[in-house]
Amino acid sequence: MPISFEHVGHTYSVGTPFEYAALKDVNLDIREGKITAIIGMTGSGKSTLVQHLNALLLPTEGTIRILDRTITAGEKPKKLKSLRKDVGLVFQFPEYQLFEETVLKDVAFGPKNFGATEDEAAQRAAKALKQVGLPADIAKKSPLELSGGQKRRTAIAGILAMDPQILVLDEPTAGLDPAGTAVMMELFRTLNKEYGKTILIVTHDMEQVFRYCDDVVVVADGTIRTKMEVKDFFRDSSLCKSMNILPPALIRMKDMLTEKGFEIPEEIDDIKSLAECVAGQVNHG
Amino acid sequence: MGIIDVRNLNFSYDETSKTINDVSFSVEKGTYTTIVGHNGSGKSTVAKLIAGLLEKEGGSIVIDGLELNIENLYKIRSKIGIVFQNPDNQFIGSTVRDDIAFGLENHCVPQEKMDEIINTNAEKVRMTKYLDHEPTHLSGGQKQRVAIAGVLAMKPDILIFDEATSMLDPQGKDEIKKVIRGLHEESGLTILSITHDIDEVAGSDYVVALDGGKVVMTGTPHEVFGDEQKLRQMKLDVPFSLKFARELAKAGVKTDKHITMEGLVEELCRYRSNM
Repeated sequence: MPISFEHVGHTYSVGTPFEYAALKDVNLDIREGKITAIIGMTGSGKSTLVQHLNALLLPTEGTIRILDRTITAGEKPKKLKSLRKDVGLVFQFPEYQLFEETVLKDVAFGPKNFGATEDEAAQRAAKALKQVGLPADIAKKSPLELSGGQKRRTAIAGILAMDPQILVLDEPTAGLDPAGTAVMMELFRTLNKEYGKTILIVTHDMEQVFRYCDDVVVVADGTIRTKMEVKDFFRDSSLCKSMNILPPALIRMKDMLTEKGFEIPEEIDDIKSLAECVAGQVNHG
Repeated sequence: MGIIDVRNLNFSYDETSKTINDVSFSVEKGTYTTIVGHNGSGKSTVAKLIAGLLEKEGGSIVIDGLELNIENLYKIRSKIGIVFQNPDNQFIGSTVRDDIAFGLENHCVPQEKMDEIINTNAEKVRMTKYLDHEPTHLSGGQKQRVAIAGVLAMKPDILIFDEATSMLDPQGKDEIKKVIRGLHEESGLTILSITHDIDEVAGSDYVVALDGGKVVMTGTPHEVFGDEQKLRQMKLDVPFSLKFARELAKAGVKTDKHITMEGLVEELCRYRSNM
């Protein structure tokens, strides 16, 4: 397991009147080479959890194992710098953090910080821009000249340039239109399938979870409510409903049809099979 | 003539391209109109032109019988309230109460009247309990509700929402959509909402679709969202009911075009009971 949490807790402002336990007894294993969705309501502790993944926050209880490092509450952590190279964390609205004169310089900033020479950093940046699907001629432009979607891809390239093994993204499609969202999700799929990155995505969009992710982790009240494979999670809508989550459209359609007396087998999980199943039960040409 | 009448509107941010290219449409008083289009299609620019936040380059905008020009600008602004996308960019006060009071203070409303107006409008967006709260302790949805109360306090006839729900979580989105719908139904306010939310579009009276700064389609949600090919051309989301209808057709079942799943399931049930 590239990432595992054992009895991890995180309490903010310990010993003050603002003391607040954001994470409580979290036990979690993330599978290597998979895309894992992290879902949960605002305030559930998702962001706190995610910030532990590259040690921006340290646990106040328990142990976290990330790749070959171990971070234990109360002990001085080691090798944090290299951890931050291996686990790339992309915050919400990362395009707000672009700051260099040109796209290439902005993307090259990370590798340079981790000791790459000017040339190496530029090469890595060019490769990362290619990975996120930006055309080469954009490299010399100012980030300010780019569209919203291009800016976001530039920001993600800045993380990829450090060649992380694990990529963590906090609501990477927030504020994008449907077309921009699809392009972004396809990008993560490519990074996962072709470049072998382990990917974690914090999202509210169940269609994304359903279409693109392998595993789903539900965070509620600072603990892990559920962790399972996406295909099991959406087998029917009962789990979603019990957690106040709007299931994906296909699952809602299955529900509606079943309610009206159609016989819809549980294991159907694509639109084509569902249509064929329904077609067999209606009398219409 | 509608309460908003836009004729041959033109605008560009720079010389290289036209952001708004000969746009015309009309919004009837008391209706709920949605504007759809992908990022960069010119939706937000149109909203800002209507509210007089940007100056048009050509064409005309008439609001409630008044031509939008420099003489009428303030009269027209008093008729229009606008709520933007980012909840954090439009919270000015140090508490919810101060934030709602901001516009009233600018209009020199006396203190005793102000309290009453604040209370009434906080009630409309169900934020009465939070009047003395600071913005840092509010969720995105709550902040957007405060923004709505702030513009309602100015008693506008028209409310414009520029992707007011797109940065919120599902719960926040639902809260805001309910508040907007309630205002429309109870107070008869004219609503112009720029949105990507297919459910919100389906519940609106009229849709204006923009692409590349031009109006490419107008009509009822059914008319605009019934055409899957056009939607794809405009880079908009296709409702699940349309995608499913296409798969059904491939499997030999032809149905009408539905923009909601409920409509499609109802039709399927009719064929089933004929068996």
